Amino acid sequence: MENTRQSRAARDFIRVWTVIVLIFIYLPVICDALSSLSKSRYFSFPIKRWSMDWWVKTFNSMEIGELVRNSLVIAFAVTIISTVIAFCGALAFARYDWKGKKFFQKAILLPIFFPQPVLGLALLLWFNSIGVPLSWKTAAFAHLVWITPIVTLVIAIAVYGFDPALEDAARDLGASRFQIFRMVTLPVLWPGVWSGMLFAFLLSWGNFPLSLYTTGIDNTVPKWLYSKMVAGYSPMVPTLGTMSTLAAAVVMIAGGAAVYFIRKARSRNS
Amino acid sequence: MSDKNAEKIAKPSLIARIQDLIASKGGRCAMPVYILMLLGFIAPLAMVAGFSVAEPKSFTAFTSFSLANFAALFEGSVWKSFAWSIGLAAFTTAILVPICYPVAVGMVRVFGRMGSLAVSVLSVFPMFVSENVRLYGWILFFTKKGILDGTLALLNGQGPDVLYTPGMTAFGMVYTYLPYMLFPIVLGVALVPPDLITAARDLGASRFRTWREIELPLAMPGVLIGMLLTFVLSAGAVAESKIVGGESVMVVTNEVNVAFSYSQNWPMGAAFAVTLTFIIGALTIYAFRKIDLDKILGRA
Repeated sequence: MENTRQSRAARDFIRVWTVIVLIFIYLPVICDALSSLSKSRYFSFPIKRWSMDWWVKTFNSMEIGELVRNSLVIAFAVTIISTVIAFCGALAFARYDWKGKKFFQKAILLPIFFPQPVLGLALLLWFNSIGVPLSWKTAAFAHLVWITPIVTLVIAIAVYGFDPALEDAARDLGASRFQIFRMVTLPVLWPGVWSGMLFAFLLSWGNFPLSLYTTGIDNTVPKWLYSKMVAGYSPMVPTLGTMSTLAAAVVMIAGGAAVYFIRKARSRNS
Repeated sequence: MSDKNAEKIAKPSLIARIQDLIASKGGRCAMPVYILMLLGFIAPLAMVAGFSVAEPKSFTAFTSFSLANFAALFEGSVWKSFAWSIGLAAFTTAILVPICYPVAVGMVRVFGRMGSLAVSVLSVFPMFVSENVRLYGWILFFTKKGILDGTLALLNGQGPDVLYTPGMTAFGMVYTYLPYMLFPIVLGVALVPPDLITAARDLGASRFRTWREIELPLAMPGVLIGMLLTFVLSAGAVAESKIVGGESVMVVTNEVNVAFSYSQNWPMGAAFAVTLTFIIGALTIYAFRKIDLDKILGRA
């Protein structure tokens, strides 16, 4: 028994190390949150006067409302389109055996294994040369190129666990192809699809490097934050950054809970 | 014009391939992804490649031919940017493997189901927050009168002056790309059957030997994917050098950006991008030949 597990010292080391890594990951997020709660125009620590002033100001700003709308429109468009394309892609990736499968599985990874700012610049040059004006639509397209492969992988993992015998059984019982898809395939894969949508939305919402080069005059939240960052300190930067982070956290937790309950309901039924 | 030539050469095999695609169910399902990739990945990169061999400062591709843009790599200081980007990427990759490996082992074998779910949610979440927001938090941490300096001042000390240096750029990259290293390693470590480790230990192998001869080789596909991903992403990274690095070093992507915007020299920027893409592409394709994705993803 002893042998199958790490030694006690090794397990303790791994636990402590993981906590250190998690603190490392979240320390700057906490720094953002702290400085958004300072009343002062210039940040200094320890904070002398705490206040929510900057939260109120940021929340009421018209300019920021516009940014949030842009980011949301892009994220919704990306979520819907990428999930539809990725659902088909995931079936090709994991469900069917076909001649070009191994090639497809690797080709689809190439945009993930490619630096996003360079992809953004390449798309900028591409849009310029074919005469497409930059707007939120070009940014959404840029997001799709990078996000669709990721969503495909997320859904593919669910497809690997799918038993094709279910579809065969439905066919033997006389179900049409559309009925099979709607009543067998989709419900079983639904948690995977839902996770894929969640990934698509959140990755688009937080994307900075692609938006930086492909939005044109339509600003998004991450792009606006960057332009303010390089221009000098404004308390609105950590404030909006923290708001955006919290929004992502809420979406992730709510979406994750939905996936969990769908799974639970499914396992109760079967 | 040169498009037509390329078409003529590729025609037979291309048509055969498209027919293959349409003939199979899997191929038809792959079509939307392929179309997206063609319009959003292959075509833009082909355009960049076309511009890279156009006359310097021209604004159309495929109408002139010149290798002057590639010669520009060795003039001035551009080669230094390449050296910095590759060096920073190698450093980031090398340091992230030992940082992430123990966490991955913990997630697979130590924390239990709920524990590792919690750790994976906590480490995937940063990917949903713009890297610039998170990097900005480090500025607030390290800046004069910031979180660290302010805290140390209470103890009559003062914070180190590390912001806007090449070292800070490297630090920012290690920070940003940590999740990209962690998850592939988790997939890799999950490939190791625990029975094998037990067997090796029962046969009297030391812990270190078991790790080196059993666990690490079996986990290697995941570790390699993590290393590849981290390397290519940080080789093209730009936010770290701009935000926490204060442009104390110019990275390649920044050179491309400057050539595209301020210098209005698209062909030169394109040549830099092509060179970087070539390095990244060669590494990626070499590594992809050695891995079987069904095996790695199918188990998760």
